[in-house]
Amino acid sequence: MIPAEFQYATPPTIPEAIALLQAHQDAKILSGGQSLIPALKLRLATPPLLVDISRIAGLTTLSEAGGWLHIGALVREADLEESPLVRSRYPLLHDTSHVVADPLVRNLATIAGNLAHADPANDHPATMLAYRAEVVATGPSGARVIAVDSFFTGLFATALAHDEILTEVRVPAPMAGSGGAYLKLERKVGDFATAGVAAQLNLDAAGRVQQIGIGLTNVGPMAIRARRSEDVLRGQSPSDALIAQAAALAQEDCDPTADLRGSADYKRNMVRILTMRALHKALERARA
Amino acid sequence: MTQKITINLNGADVTAEVEPRLLLVHFIREVANLTGTHIGCDTTSCGACSVVLDGKAVKSCTLFAVQADGRRIMTVEGLVTGGQLHPIQEGFHEKHGLQCGFCTPGMMMTSYAFLQNHAHASEEEIRWAISGNLCRCTGYVNIVEAIKYADAKLHAPAAGGA
Repeated sequence: MIPAEFQYATPPTIPEAIALLQAHQDAKILSGGQSLIPALKLRLATPPLLVDISRIAGLTTLSEAGGWLHIGALVREADLEESPLVRSRYPLLHDTSHVVADPLVRNLATIAGNLAHADPANDHPATMLAYRAEVVATGPSGARVIAVDSFFTGLFATALAHDEILTEVRVPAPMAGSGGAYLKLERKVGDFATAGVAAQLNLDAAGRVQQIGIGLTNVGPMAIRARRSEDVLRGQSPSDALIAQAAALAQEDCDPTADLRGSADYKRNMVRILTMRALHKALERARA
Repeated sequence: MTQKITINLNGADVTAEVEPRLLLVHFIREVANLTGTHIGCDTTSCGACSVVLDGKAVKSCTLFAVQADGRRIMTVEGLVTGGQLHPIQEGFHEKHGLQCGFCTPGMMMTSYAFLQNHAHASEEEIRWAISGNLCRCTGYVNIVEAIKYADAKLHAPAAGGA
Protein backbone atom coordinates (compact mmCIF):
# COMPACT_ATOMS: atom_id res chain seq x y z
CA MET A 1 0.00 0.00 0.00
CA ILE A 2 1.37 3.38 -1.05
CA PRO A 3 0.57 6.55 0.91
CA ALA A 4 -0.55 9.71 -0.84
CA GLU A 5 2.26 12.10 -1.70
CA PHE A 6 3.63 14.28 1.06
CA GLN A 7 6.60 16.48 1.75
CA TYR A 8 9.07 15.46 4.38
CA ALA A 9 11.13 17.62 6.72
CA THR A 10 13.67 16.75 9.41
CA PRO A 11 14.02 19.91 11.49
CA PRO A 12 17.12 19.76 13.70
CA THR A 13 15.59 21.70 16.59
CA ILE A 14 12.25 22.01 18.37
CA PRO A 15 11.73 25.70 17.41
CA GLU A 16 12.25 24.81 13.75
CA ALA A 17 9.79 21.93 14.04
CA ILE A 18 7.23 24.26 15.64
CA ALA A 19 7.74 26.84 12.89
CA LEU A 20 6.96 24.17 10.29
CA LEU A 21 3.81 23.18 12.16
CA GLN A 22 2.74 26.83 12.32
CA ALA A 23 3.32 27.28 8.59
CA HIS A 24 1.40 24.11 7.65
CA GLN A 25 -1.92 23.68 9.41
CA ASP A 26 -2.39 20.12 8.13
CA ALA A 27 1.13 18.90 8.83
CA LYS A 28 1.58 15.82 11.02
CA ILE A 29 4.41 15.06 13.43
CA LEU A 30 6.28 11.84 12.62
CA SER A 31 8.28 10.12 15.33
CA GLY A 32 8.18 6.33 15.70
CA GLY A 33 5.52 6.24 13.00
CA GLN A 34 4.03 2.92 14.06
CA SER A 35 0.49 4.31 14.17
CA LEU A 36 0.88 7.14 11.65
CA ILE A 37 2.49 5.17 8.82
CA PRO A 38 -0.20 2.44 8.80
CA ALA A 39 -2.81 5.25 8.70
CA LEU A 40 -0.96 6.92 5.79
CA LYS A 41 -0.77 3.62 3.91
CA LEU A 42 -4.51 3.12 4.31
CA ARG A 43 -4.94 6.79 3.31
CA LEU A 44 -6.91 7.38 6.49
CA ALA A 45 -4.55 10.35 6.81
CA THR A 46 -3.20 12.40 3.88
CA PRO A 47 -1.13 15.21 5.41
CA PRO A 48 0.76 17.39 2.91
CA LEU A 49 3.82 17.51 5.17
CA LEU A 50 5.42 15.18 7.70
CA VAL A 51 7.59 16.84 10.31
CA ASP A 52 9.98 14.11 11.42
CA ILE A 53 11.17 15.02 14.93
CA SER A 54 13.37 11.94 15.30
CA ARG A 55 16.60 13.79 14.46
CA ILE A 56 16.13 16.46 17.13
CA ALA A 57 18.80 16.16 19.83
CA GLY A 58 18.02 16.05 23.53
CA LEU A 59 14.75 14.10 23.44
CA THR A 60 16.04 10.72 24.61
CA THR A 61 16.22 11.39 28.36
CA LEU A 62 15.19 8.51 30.58
CA SER A 63 16.16 9.38 34.14
CA GLU A 64 14.89 10.38 37.57
CA ALA A 65 15.26 13.93 38.87
CA GLY A 66 13.31 16.03 41.36
CA GLY A 67 10.80 13.33 42.24
CA TRP A 68 9.90 12.46 38.65
CA LEU A 69 10.91 9.98 36.01
CA HIS A 70 11.57 12.12 32.93
CA ILE A 71 10.91 10.37 29.62
CA GLY A 72 11.92 12.26 26.47
CA ALA A 73 9.75 12.31 23.38
CA LEU A 74 12.04 9.98 21.45
CA VAL A 75 12.29 7.23 24.09
CA ARG A 76 11.13 4.02 22.43
CA GLU A 77 8.96 1.35 23.98
CA ALA A 78 11.93 -1.04 23.78
CA ASP A 79 14.07 1.45 25.74
CA LEU A 80 11.49 1.41 28.55
CA GLU A 81 11.09 -2.35 28.38
CA GLU A 82 14.85 -2.91 28.66
CA SER A 83 15.61 -0.20 31.23
CA PRO A 84 16.76 -1.62 34.60
CA LEU A 85 15.52 1.60 36.25
CA VAL A 86 12.02 1.16 34.83
CA ARG A 87 11.98 -2.54 35.61
CA SER A 88 12.98 -2.06 39.25
CA ARG A 89 11.13 1.14 40.17
CA TYR A 90 8.26 1.46 37.71
CA PRO A 91 6.81 -2.05 37.31
CA LEU A 92 3.51 -0.70 35.96
CA LEU A 93 5.37 1.15 33.20
CA HIS A 94 7.51 -1.91 32.50
CA ASP A 95 4.44 -4.14 32.29
CA THR A 96 2.85 -1.72 29.85
CA SER A 97 5.83 -1.28 27.54
CA HIS A 98 6.24 -5.04 27.46
CA VAL A 99 2.81 -5.60 25.88
CA VAL A 100 2.52 -2.70 23.42
CA ALA A 101 2.12 -4.18 19.92
CA ASP A 102 5.05 -6.56 19.23
CA PRO A 103 8.83 -6.44 19.77
CA LEU A 104 9.63 -5.03 16.32
CA VAL A 105 7.06 -2.28 16.62
CA ARG A 106 8.42 -1.49 20.10
CA ASN A 107 11.87 -0.88 18.59
CA LEU A 108 10.44 2.19 16.83
CA ALA A 109 7.27 3.20 18.68
CA THR A 110 7.56 5.92 21.32
CA ILE A 111 5.61 6.39 24.54
CA ALA A 112 5.06 10.07 23.67
CA GLY A 113 3.49 9.06 20.37
CA ASN A 114 1.38 6.45 22.12
CA LEU A 115 -0.07 9.25 24.27
CA ALA A 116 -0.28 12.01 21.63
CA HIS A 117 -2.09 9.71 19.19
CA ALA A 118 -4.78 9.26 21.89
CA ASP A 119 -6.13 6.04 20.48
CA PRO A 120 -8.38 4.64 23.24
CA ALA A 121 -6.93 1.23 22.39
CA ASN A 122 -3.38 2.37 23.19
CA ASP A 123 -1.94 1.06 26.44
CA HIS A 124 -0.07 4.00 27.96
CA PRO A 125 -3.02 6.37 28.47
CA ALA A 126 -4.56 4.16 31.18
CA THR A 127 -1.15 3.62 32.74
CA MET A 128 -0.46 7.35 32.86
CA LEU A 129 -3.88 7.92 34.46
CA ALA A 130 -2.98 5.35 37.11
CA TYR A 131 0.36 7.07 37.73
CA ARG A 132 -1.18 10.59 37.69
CA ALA A 133 1.53 11.51 35.24
CA GLU A 134 2.13 14.79 33.46
CA VAL A 135 3.17 15.62 29.94
CA VAL A 136 5.19 18.59 28.74
CA ALA A 137 3.90 20.36 25.62
CA THR A 138 6.32 22.69 23.87
CA GLY A 139 4.91 25.35 21.59
CA PRO A 140 5.77 28.78 20.15
CA SER A 141 5.70 30.46 23.56
CA GLY A 142 7.61 27.78 25.43
CA ALA A 143 6.74 24.69 27.44
CA ARG A 144 3.67 24.01 29.56
CA VAL A 145 2.86 21.08 31.81
CA ILE A 146 -0.43 19.26 31.36
CA ALA A 147 -1.79 16.83 33.95
CA VAL A 148 -2.78 13.59 32.28
CA ASP A 149 -6.38 13.96 33.52
CA SER A 150 -6.83 17.01 31.33
CA PHE A 151 -4.67 15.75 28.45
CA PHE A 152 -7.11 13.37 26.80
CA THR A 153 -10.17 15.19 25.52
CA GLY A 154 -11.87 12.55 23.36
CA LEU A 155 -11.42 9.94 20.68
CA PHE A 156 -7.98 10.58 19.13
CA ALA A 157 -8.13 14.06 20.69
CA THR A 158 -5.81 15.74 23.20
CA ALA A 159 -5.19 19.13 24.78
CA LEU A 160 -2.20 19.64 22.45
CA ALA A 161 -2.50 22.59 20.08
CA HIS A 162 -1.53 22.01 16.45
CA ASP A 163 1.75 23.86 16.94
CA GLU A 164 2.69 22.06 20.15
CA ILE A 165 4.92 19.00 20.44
CA LEU A 166 4.72 16.55 23.31
CA THR A 167 8.36 16.76 24.36
CA GLU A 168 8.37 14.87 27.65
CA VAL A 169 6.35 12.49 29.81
CA ARG A 170 6.77 12.77 33.58
CA VAL A 171 5.90 9.92 35.91
CA PRO A 172 5.92 10.56 39.68
CA ALA A 173 8.77 8.68 41.40
CA PRO A 174 7.43 5.84 43.54
CA MET A 175 6.66 6.53 47.20
CA ALA A 176 7.57 4.04 49.91
CA GLY A 177 5.43 0.91 49.80
CA SER A 178 4.22 1.39 46.26
CA GLY A 179 3.40 -1.13 43.57
CA GLY A 180 1.64 -1.26 40.27
CA ALA A 181 0.64 -3.61 37.49
CA TYR A 182 -0.80 -3.55 33.97
CA LEU A 183 -2.91 -6.42 32.72
CA LYS A 184 -3.93 -6.61 29.09
CA LEU A 185 -6.24 -9.17 27.60
CA GLU A 186 -5.35 -9.60 23.93
CA ARG A 187 -6.30 -12.23 21.40
CA LYS A 188 -2.73 -12.44 20.15
CA VAL A 189 0.53 -10.50 20.39
CA GLY A 190 0.22 -7.32 18.37
CA ASP A 191 -3.52 -6.95 18.78
CA PHE A 192 -5.08 -4.07 20.65
CA ALA A 193 -6.50 -4.86 24.08
CA THR A 194 -9.89 -6.52 24.39
CA ALA A 195 -9.64 -4.75 27.73
CA GLY A 196 -6.72 -3.55 29.85
CA VAL A 197 -6.37 -2.34 33.42
CA ALA A 198 -3.55 -0.30 34.99
CA ALA A 199 -3.30 -0.05 38.77
CA GLN A 200 -0.82 1.93 40.86
CA LEU A 201 -0.99 2.34 44.65
CA ASN A 202 1.02 2.73 47.79
CA LEU A 203 0.48 1.51 51.33
CA ASP A 204 1.14 3.51 54.51
CA ALA A 205 2.93 2.08 57.55
CA ALA A 206 -0.34 0.60 58.81
CA GLY A 207 -0.96 -1.18 55.51
CA ARG A 208 -3.73 1.16 54.36
CA VAL A 209 -4.01 2.35 50.77
CA GLN A 210 -2.71 5.90 50.67
CA GLN A 211 -2.60 6.87 47.00
CA ILE A 212 -4.28 4.89 44.27
CA GLY A 213 -4.85 5.21 40.54
CA ILE A 214 -6.77 2.86 38.25
CA GLY A 215 -6.95 3.34 34.47
CA LEU A 216 -8.93 1.32 31.93
CA THR A 217 -7.83 0.64 28.31
CA ASN A 218 -10.06 0.32 25.24
CA VAL A 219 -13.39 0.23 27.02
CA GLY A 220 -14.57 3.73 26.12
CA PRO A 221 -13.92 6.58 23.67
CA MET A 222 -10.79 7.37 25.68
CA ALA A 223 -8.89 5.81 28.56
CA ILE A 224 -11.05 5.91 31.68
CA ARG A 225 -10.11 6.68 35.27
CA ALA A 226 -12.04 4.25 37.51
CA ARG A 227 -12.71 6.95 40.07
CA ARG A 228 -15.27 5.14 42.22
CA SER A 229 -13.01 2.09 42.39
CA GLU A 230 -10.16 4.26 43.63
CA ASP A 231 -12.40 5.95 46.23
CA VAL A 232 -13.54 2.62 47.67
CA LEU A 233 -9.96 1.59 48.42
CA ARG A 234 -8.35 4.90 49.42
CA GLY A 235 -7.63 5.03 53.17
CA GLN A 236 -8.68 1.41 53.64
CA SER A 237 -6.90 -1.86 54.36
CA PRO A 238 -7.37 -3.60 51.02
CA SER A 239 -9.38 -6.72 51.82
CA ASP A 240 -10.49 -9.19 49.16
CA ALA A 241 -14.05 -7.94 49.63
CA LEU A 242 -13.06 -4.32 49.01
CA ILE A 243 -11.03 -5.28 45.95
CA ALA A 244 -14.02 -7.19 44.59
CA GLN A 245 -16.19 -4.15 45.23
CA ALA A 246 -13.70 -1.86 43.44
CA ALA A 247 -13.63 -4.28 40.50
CA ALA A 248 -17.43 -4.39 40.33
CA LEU A 249 -17.51 -0.57 40.20
CA ALA A 250 -14.99 -0.55 37.34
CA GLN A 251 -17.25 -2.99 35.50
CA GLU A 252 -20.13 -0.52 35.93
CA ASP A 253 -18.13 2.59 35.09
CA CYS A 254 -16.50 1.45 31.85
CA ASP A 255 -18.19 2.08 28.53
CA PRO A 256 -17.17 -0.58 26.00
CA THR A 257 -18.67 -1.20 22.57
CA ALA A 258 -19.09 -4.60 20.94
CA ASP A 259 -16.62 -5.50 18.19
CA LEU A 260 -14.75 -8.55 16.90
CA ARG A 261 -12.99 -8.79 20.25
CA GLY A 262 -16.20 -9.39 22.15
CA SER A 263 -19.58 -8.11 23.27
CA ALA A 264 -19.94 -5.11 25.56
CA ASP A 265 -21.03 -7.41 28.41
CA TYR A 266 -18.02 -9.66 27.96
CA LYS A 267 -15.67 -6.68 28.02
CA ARG A 268 -17.31 -5.30 31.17
CA ASN A 269 -16.77 -8.66 32.81
CA MET A 270 -13.17 -8.72 31.71
CA VAL A 271 -12.68 -5.24 33.20
CA ARG A 272 -13.92 -6.59 36.53
CA ILE A 273 -11.63 -9.61 36.43
CA LEU A 274 -8.59 -7.65 35.24
CA THR A 275 -9.16 -4.92 37.84
CA MET A 276 -9.22 -7.54 40.57
CA ARG A 277 -6.05 -9.20 39.30
CA ALA A 278 -4.21 -5.92 38.68
CA LEU A 279 -4.99 -4.73 42.21
CA HIS A 280 -3.81 -8.01 43.73
CA LYS A 281 -0.60 -7.89 41.71
CA ALA A 282 -0.01 -4.23 42.61
CA LEU A 283 -0.49 -5.04 46.29
CA GLU A 284 1.82 -8.02 46.08
CA ARG A 285 4.50 -5.75 44.60
CA ALA A 286 3.82 -2.99 47.16
CA ARG A 287 4.38 -5.48 49.98
CA ALA A 288 7.49 -7.07 48.44
CA MET B 1 9.28 15.90 -5.19
CA THR B 2 12.19 13.56 -4.58
CA GLN B 3 15.10 13.79 -2.24
CA LYS B 4 18.52 12.23 -2.28
CA ILE B 5 19.28 9.70 0.42
CA THR B 6 22.12 7.33 1.23
CA ILE B 7 21.52 4.17 3.18
CA ASN B 8 24.27 1.80 4.21
CA LEU B 9 22.88 -1.53 3.12
CA ASN B 10 24.82 -4.58 4.28
CA GLY B 11 27.99 -2.51 4.49
CA ALA B 12 27.73 -0.72 1.14
CA ASP B 13 26.28 2.76 0.64
CA VAL B 14 23.29 2.94 -1.69
CA THR B 15 22.39 6.44 -2.88
CA ALA B 16 19.18 7.25 -4.71
CA GLU B 17 16.66 9.99 -5.42
CA VAL B 18 13.43 8.83 -3.80
CA GLU B 19 9.96 10.11 -3.06
CA PRO B 20 9.44 10.58 0.69
CA ARG B 21 6.53 8.14 0.53
CA LEU B 22 8.76 5.28 -0.64
CA LEU B 23 8.67 2.60 2.03
CA LEU B 24 11.98 1.15 3.14
CA VAL B 25 10.97 -2.32 1.98
CA HIS B 26 10.41 -0.99 -1.56
CA PHE B 27 13.78 0.78 -1.43
CA ILE B 28 15.44 -2.47 -0.48
CA ARG B 29 13.64 -4.61 -3.05
CA GLU B 30 13.20 -2.24 -5.99
CA VAL B 31 15.97 0.36 -5.69
CA ALA B 32 18.73 -1.83 -4.24
CA ASN B 33 17.33 -4.97 -5.94
CA LEU B 34 17.72 -7.10 -2.82
CA THR B 35 14.65 -9.29 -2.94
CA GLY B 36 15.45 -11.49 0.03
CA THR B 37 13.35 -9.18 2.20
CA HIS B 38 9.74 -10.22 1.70
CA ILE B 39 6.50 -8.28 1.73
CA GLY B 40 3.89 -10.27 3.58
CA CYS B 41 0.89 -8.52 5.10
CA ASP B 42 2.02 -4.95 4.38
CA THR B 43 0.11 -3.95 7.54
CA THR B 44 2.75 -4.16 10.33
CA SER B 45 1.50 -7.57 11.45
CA CYS B 46 3.52 -10.43 9.98
CA GLY B 47 7.22 -9.45 10.18
CA ALA B 48 8.19 -11.00 6.81
CA CYS B 49 9.80 -7.64 5.94
CA SER B 50 11.92 -7.47 9.13
CA VAL B 51 15.36 -5.93 8.69
CA VAL B 52 17.94 -4.71 11.18
CA LEU B 53 18.18 -0.91 11.52
CA ASP B 54 21.20 0.26 13.52
CA GLY B 55 21.14 -3.01 15.45
CA LYS B 56 17.39 -3.22 16.06
CA ALA B 57 14.91 -5.38 14.17
CA VAL B 58 12.14 -3.32 12.57
CA LYS B 59 9.35 -3.84 10.07
CA SER B 60 10.54 -2.27 6.83
CA CYS B 61 6.96 -1.89 5.56
CA THR B 62 6.33 0.59 8.38
CA LEU B 63 9.24 2.94 7.85
CA PHE B 64 9.97 5.32 5.00
CA ALA B 65 13.31 5.06 3.22
CA VAL B 66 13.94 8.75 3.99
CA GLN B 67 13.78 7.93 7.71
CA ALA B 68 16.72 5.56 7.22
CA ASP B 69 18.86 8.19 5.43
CA GLY B 70 22.40 7.98 6.78
CA ARG B 71 21.68 4.87 8.79
CA ARG B 72 22.76 1.22 8.62
CA ILE B 73 20.40 -1.49 7.40
CA MET B 74 21.14 -5.18 7.36
CA THR B 75 19.03 -7.58 5.35
CA VAL B 76 19.12 -11.35 4.97
CA GLU B 77 21.66 -10.93 2.16
CA GLY B 78 24.07 -9.51 4.74
CA LEU B 79 24.20 -12.67 6.85
CA VAL B 80 26.59 -14.66 4.68
CA THR B 81 30.26 -13.76 5.01
CA GLY B 82 32.88 -15.14 2.65
CA GLY B 83 30.51 -17.83 1.40
CA GLN B 84 29.98 -19.08 4.95
CA LEU B 85 26.43 -19.32 6.29
CA HIS B 86 25.83 -17.32 9.44
CA PRO B 87 25.06 -19.53 12.49
CA ILE B 88 21.44 -18.32 12.24
CA GLN B 89 21.18 -19.60 8.67
CA GLU B 90 22.98 -22.79 9.63
CA GLY B 91 20.50 -23.25 12.49
CA PHE B 92 17.46 -22.89 10.23
CA HIS B 93 19.06 -25.40 7.85
CA GLU B 94 20.12 -27.92 10.50
CA LYS B 95 16.91 -27.77 12.55
CA HIS B 96 14.53 -27.55 9.61
CA GLY B 97 13.33 -24.12 10.76
CA LEU B 98 11.31 -23.50 7.63
CA GLN B 99 8.78 -25.11 5.38
CA CYS B 100 7.61 -22.68 2.68
CA GLY B 101 10.35 -20.19 3.61
CA PHE B 102 8.33 -17.03 3.20
CA CYS B 103 8.71 -15.84 6.80
CA THR B 104 12.32 -17.05 7.02
CA PRO B 105 14.26 -13.88 6.09
CA GLY B 106 12.27 -11.88 8.65
CA MET B 107 12.58 -14.60 11.27
CA MET B 108 16.33 -14.71 10.75
CA MET B 109 16.81 -10.94 10.95
CA THR B 110 14.75 -10.69 14.13
CA SER B 111 16.69 -13.60 15.62
CA TYR B 112 19.99 -12.07 14.50
CA ALA B 113 19.23 -8.79 16.30
CA PHE B 114 17.96 -10.65 19.36
CA LEU B 115 21.11 -12.80 19.65
CA GLN B 116 23.35 -9.74 19.41
CA ASN B 117 22.40 -8.88 22.98
CA HIS B 118 20.98 -12.10 24.41
CA ALA B 119 23.07 -15.18 25.18
CA HIS B 120 21.76 -18.56 26.36
CA ALA B 121 18.20 -17.34 25.98
CA SER B 122 15.35 -19.35 27.45
CA GLU B 123 12.65 -20.76 25.20
CA GLU B 124 10.24 -18.19 26.64
CA GLU B 125 12.60 -15.31 25.78
CA ILE B 126 13.05 -16.63 22.26
CA ARG B 127 9.31 -17.01 21.73
CA TRP B 128 8.74 -13.48 23.05
CA ALA B 129 11.47 -12.11 20.75
CA ILE B 130 9.85 -13.60 17.63
CA SER B 131 6.28 -12.82 18.69
CA GLY B 132 6.08 -10.12 16.00
CA ASN B 133 7.00 -12.60 13.25
CA LEU B 134 4.32 -14.93 11.96
CA CYS B 135 4.91 -18.36 10.42
CA ARG B 136 1.83 -19.88 8.79
CA CYS B 137 3.36 -23.33 8.26
CA THR B 138 3.12 -23.77 12.07
CA GLY B 139 6.87 -24.12 12.17
CA TYR B 140 7.54 -22.39 15.47
CA VAL B 141 8.90 -25.46 17.24
CA ASN B 142 11.71 -25.88 14.75
CA ILE B 143 12.23 -22.13 14.44
CA VAL B 144 12.86 -21.98 18.19
CA GLU B 145 15.24 -24.94 17.85
CA ALA B 146 17.07 -23.13 15.04
CA ILE B 147 17.50 -20.02 17.19
CA LYS B 148 18.75 -22.12 20.10
CA TYR B 149 21.27 -23.73 17.76
CA ALA B 150 22.53 -20.32 16.65
CA ASP B 151 22.57 -19.04 20.24
CA ALA B 152 24.75 -21.97 21.34
CA LYS B 153 27.10 -21.54 18.41
CA LEU B 154 27.40 -17.75 18.70
CA HIS B 155 27.88 -17.77 22.45
CA ALA B 156 29.93 -20.90 22.95
CA PRO B 157 32.82 -20.48 25.38
CA ALA B 158 35.99 -19.83 23.40
CA ALA B 159 37.76 -23.13 22.75
CA GLY B 160 41.16 -23.51 24.36
CA GLY B 161 40.63 -20.47 26.57
CA ALA B 162 42.80 -19.92 29.61
